Amino acid sequence: MKILLKNGIVYDPLSNVKGERMDILVENGKIVEKFSSERDVKIIDCSNKVIMPGGIDIHSHIAGGKVNAGRIMRPEDHMYYIKEIEGRIHSGTGYSLPSTWLTGYLYARMGYTFVATPAMPPLSARHTHEELRSIPIIDKTAYTLFGNNWFVFKYVKEKNYEKLSAFVSFILKSVKGFAIKIVNPGGDEAWAWGGNVKSLDDTVPNFDVTPREIIEGLIRANEILNLPHSIHIHTINLGRPGNYKDTIETIRIAGKFENKKRQVMHITHIQFHSYGGTSWKDFESKSEEIVKELERYKNVTFDIGFVLFGETTTMTADGPMEYYLSRLTGLKWQNLGIEIETSPGVTPIIYRKNSPVHSIQFAIGLEIALLSNPWRYCLTTDHPNGAPFIRYPEIIAMLMFKKFRDKIISRANQAIRSRAIIESIDRELDLYEIAIITRASAAKILGLEDKIGTIKPGYDANIAVYDLNPEKIDFHSVIRAFSRAYLTIKDGEIVVKEGRIVREIYGKTFYVEPLIEEDVEKKIYEDLDYFFKRFYSVNLANYPLDTIYLTNPVKIKTETKIKEITI
Amino acid sequence: MIITDVVCPFCGCLCDDLVIEVENDEIKTVRNACKLGASKFLKHKKNRKKKPIIRENGNEKEVDFDEAYDYAVKLLLNSTRCLIYGLSNTSNEAIEYAVKIAELLRGYIDNTSTVCHGPSVVSYQTVGYPSCTLGDVKNRADLIIYWGCNPLNAHPRHLSRYSLYPRGLFTERGFLDRKLIVIDVRETDTAKIATKFLRIEPNKDYELISAMRAILNGLEIKQEKIAGVRIEEIYEVIDMMKSCKFGILFFGMGLTQTYGRDRTIDNAISLVIDLNKYTKFSIMMMRGHYNVTGANQVLAWLTGFPYAVDFSRGYPRYNPGETSAVDVLARREVDSAIIVAADPISNFPRESIKHLLSIPYINIDPFYNLSARYAKIYIPTKIVGIEVEGTAYRMDNIPIRLRKVIENNELPSDEEVLKNIYERLIENEDIIEKRYCVRSAE
Ligand code: SF4
Ligand SMILES: [Zn+2]
Repeated sequence: MKILLKNGIVYDPLSNVKGERMDILVENGKIVEKFSSERDVKIIDCSNKVIMPGGIDIHSHIAGGKVNAGRIMRPEDHMYYIKEIEGRIHSGTGYSLPSTWLTGYLYARMGYTFVATPAMPPLSARHTHEELRSIPIIDKTAYTLFGNNWFVFKYVKEKNYEKLSAFVSFILKSVKGFAIKIVNPGGDEAWAWGGNVKSLDDTVPNFDVTPREIIEGLIRANEILNLPHSIHIHTINLGRPGNYKDTIETIRIAGKFENKKRQVMHITHIQFHSYGGTSWKDFESKSEEIVKELERYKNVTFDIGFVLFGETTTMTADGPMEYYLSRLTGLKWQNLGIEIETSPGVTPIIYRKNSPVHSIQFAIGLEIALLSNPWRYCLTTDHPNGAPFIRYPEIIAMLMFKKFRDKIISRANQAIRSRAIIESIDRELDLYEIAIITRASAAKILGLEDKIGTIKPGYDANIAVYDLNPEKIDFHSVIRAFSRAYLTIKDGEIVVKEGRIVREIYGKTFYVEPLIEEDVEKKIYEDLDYFFKRFYSVNLANYPLDTIYLTNPVKIKTETKIKEITI
Repeated sequence: MIITDVVCPFCGCLCDDLVIEVENDEIKTVRNACKLGASKFLKHKKNRKKKPIIRENGNEKEVDFDEAYDYAVKLLLNSTRCLIYGLSNTSNEAIEYAVKIAELLRGYIDNTSTVCHGPSVVSYQTVGYPSCTLGDVKNRADLIIYWGCNPLNAHPRHLSRYSLYPRGLFTERGFLDRKLIVIDVRETDTAKIATKFLRIEPNKDYELISAMRAILNGLEIKQEKIAGVRIEEIYEVIDMMKSCKFGILFFGMGLTQTYGRDRTIDNAISLVIDLNKYTKFSIMMMRGHYNVTGANQVLAWLTGFPYAVDFSRGYPRYNPGETSAVDVLARREVDSAIIVAADPISNFPRESIKHLLSIPYINIDPFYNLSARYAKIYIPTKIVGIEVEGTAYRMDNIPIRLRKVIENNELPSDEEVLKNIYERLIENEDIIEKRYCVRSAE
C-alpha cells in the first residue's frame, strides 16, 4: 500500500524538522523518499494538520501480573470506560486499567505506536508477554526487574561484575526483556520481612549489600553489556516527604560513570521523588533542587510521572510503598511477593484537588517539565500511577498554555501557592517541544533512535496526524486533537481514522540478546543450578520462554568481550 | 526415552519436576508425581474417543472434525444467546479463543471459579489480596495455616514442595523451622500432623475470624468458647501469628462455601491485612483445577473481569450472581452452550442442569465425561500437558508452560477446535452483525 500525506505541517525533532510544510510518503510499511511507481497511491490532504512520528511511551504499566491483579481487584474501574465490539474491532473495559485489546486501541487513538511496560518480574515474564501479545497495533517492550534479585545481591557483594553481567545477560535472554529495571533496590527484600530500606546506605537484611552498591553494580553490568538503554531506576523512598535528598544522591551515583552514546541512568517518574518536608504537614516541592542537580549530571535522563486530579490505581514493584499508601488511604491493597526477585503491590488512589499533598504533587510534575530541557525527559504519568495514559492530552495542553494551567491551579488547594512554585513559571512549550517529549527524547533515551521515533525515509511508517492548525490553537483544540488522532499509521497501515480504530494489526516486540563469551556465561551455571534446586519453586528448565509469546519479535543484539574489559 | 521437567496438569500446584519414561509413545512410568498426577498420565487413554459424536433424535453418529466444526457453527448461528463454560482444565491459548467466540456471539463466558473460589475473588475485590508465591513460602514461612482445606488429599505435594517440608534459604531445617496450624470442621489427615489443630463448628468461620481480629486489635473477649473453640486456644493461635516472621494462610472450599461466603473471606483477608501491622503475613487460595487461575487471568486481561462475563450488550459486563453460569442457566436465559474441559452436569445445581439438558450444547473435552454424554455434539481433543503444550497458571499466579510428552496425531487441541469454530463464525460475520448490531443496521 502507498500513502501520500500531502502538505502536512511536520514536527520531527530527530530530523530537526520544526513545523515545516512537507509531504510524507509511505510504501510497504516504510517511509520512502520516492514511490516505486505512481500507481495506486492513496493521497490524503493534510494541509492545516500536524504530522508527527508515532508517539512513544517510555514507561507505562500496561501488561503483566500486577496490572492484571489490578484489573481483577477493581471491577469498579472498568465501568468508567467501556468500548463495544465493532465488527472485527474488539470490545474492552477499564479506565486506569484498560483490558489488553482496549489498551492498544486507546494508545493508537492518541497517535502512539510504541509503549514500554516497565516492571517485568523474570519469574512471571511469561505472563507479561502473554498480555503484550494480545495488545494490538502498538510496538511493545518490557524492562526486567533486577533490583531485589538474590543473584544480584550475591554478585554485588562479591564485587564480581563479570558474573553479574553474565547473570543479567542470561535473564534478559531468557525472559525476552529489554532493559535493567531497578525498583526500590533492596527495599523489597526487606519488605519480605515487613521492613524497608530508608537510605542508600542501609544494609539489606541478610544479604549485606546496600541500595547504593546494587545501583552501582547494575550500572556496571549495564555498561559492560552495552545495552541500548541505561539502567531504568525507581529509587528508594518513593512518595515520602523529604525524599528529594535520596534522589539527589541517586543522581550523583551517575557521576562515577560515562558513556559517550547515551545517559548511564534513567530516573523514572521523578515527580514522585522530588518531595521536601519532614511530614505530610510540611510537604513541599523540591523541583528546583532536583532540576539543578540534573543540570550538573548531564548523563542522567528522566521521565516525569505527572499526577492529575482524579481517581486511578497505583501499582509498582515497590511493595512496602504500596502497603504504606494503602494504610494512609484505607483502601484495598494487594501484595504480590515474588520469590527471589521482587514484591509488587497494587492499591487504588484518588488524587483530590482539595488535598494539599496531591495539589503539590500535581505542581511538581509541571515544574520539573517546564524547568528542564525537553531532550532530557519524556512525558509520562507512570500510567496508571499518576493518572491513566488517556489523560496525556490534558498534560500537553497544560505544558503549552499557562492560562489552562492557571485555571486548574486556581481550583487546587492553596498549598500549591505557598509550597510549590508552579505559579511563578511562565514557560509555555511549543509543538516542537511536545514532539520531543512524546517522541524524540524517548527514542534516544531508549537507544532505539535508529529504529523508531522519526519519519525519515527508511524507518517504519509509524505516523500520527493531528487535526490541528498550529496557527490557531488553544487548549481546547490541543486536547481535542491529541485525544483523537486524525490518522494513525502503523507499519504503513492506516489503523485510526478521525479518532476511530479502523484496523487491527499487531506490532513488534523488542528485546535484547546480549552476547558474551561462552566460558564467561558458564561461570554462573553452577550458581543457577544451586539457586534453582534450593530456592526457586520452578525448575530452571521451565524458566526461560520462547519467542512464540512475542508478536513480530525484534531481537537487538549486543556483543561484549568481557575478558577484554577491565572491570 | 526419559523426559524431565514435565509439568503436571492436574491440580493448582502445577508441579514441574516430573520425570516421565516414554516408550513408543506409551507412558511407562511417572516419577515424582503424587497419586493424582501420576494417574492422569498413566490413565490418559481411558474414557477417550477418536471422533466427534453428534446426537440427533436419540441417535449417535460419529463424524469427522470438519463436519463437527460446521455443525457446531450452525448450532451457534441458530441460537440467540450462548454460554461458554469451563476452561479451567485447558491452556490459556484455548481460553483466549473461547473469549473471542463469546464476544462475537454476545454470549456469556464463565469458568469453574464460579462454583469454587468465586466468593474469594469477590472478596479480593472488596478488601484486596496480600499474597506471595509458593517459593516465598518455601524460603521464608515459619508459620503455615491451612483453613478449610485438606492438602494431603487434594493437593498432595503442596506440603512437601512448597509449605511445610521443603528447605529454603531461611528455613534450612525444613519442617523443624515451621509451625503448622489447621482449622477445619473435622480432623483431616492434614490436621493430624498440625502443631495446632482448631476444630471449628460448621459454618462458624466468620465468628472465629471476627474473634481473632478483635483480639488482635486489642479487644477483650468474655465468652469461653467461640465457634466451638476454647478462647485460650484462640489467644494461643493469635500469639503464634503475631510472633512468626513470615506467615501464610492457605484457604480452601471449606471456607469459601460456608455461611457468609464472600463475607467470610473478606474477614479472613482483613485478618491477614491486620496481621501485617505486626509481622509479614500473606494469604492464598488453594486452587483446584490446574489452570483455573489462568482462566481468571485470561478473562481479566481480555475483558477486565475474572469470571462471569456477559457480552450481551456488546461490551464486557460483570455481575456474579446474575451473569454467572449457574444463574443464567437457572434463569433459562441461554439457548446454546459450549462446555470446554469441564463437567457441569456432574456438579451444577439441579435447576441449572435441568436447563442445560434442555438446550443443544457443544462439549469440547479430551475425556468423554458425563456432560459429553448429553451433548448435542461432542468434540474430543488432546490433553493439554500430555499431548500438547500450552500455558497455565499455578495457584500463586506463576505462569508455566506445560509440555508435550507423547504424540497424538488423531485429535486436535482445545485451542485448534475453538480457533476453527471462531474462524468459521467470522466467515458468517454478516449473519451475526445483522442479528446483534441493530445500530449499524439502521
Ligand atoms: S500435587 Fe497436584 S500438580 Fe503436583 S503432582 Fe500432585 S496432582 Fe500433580
Ligand atoms: Zn512505574
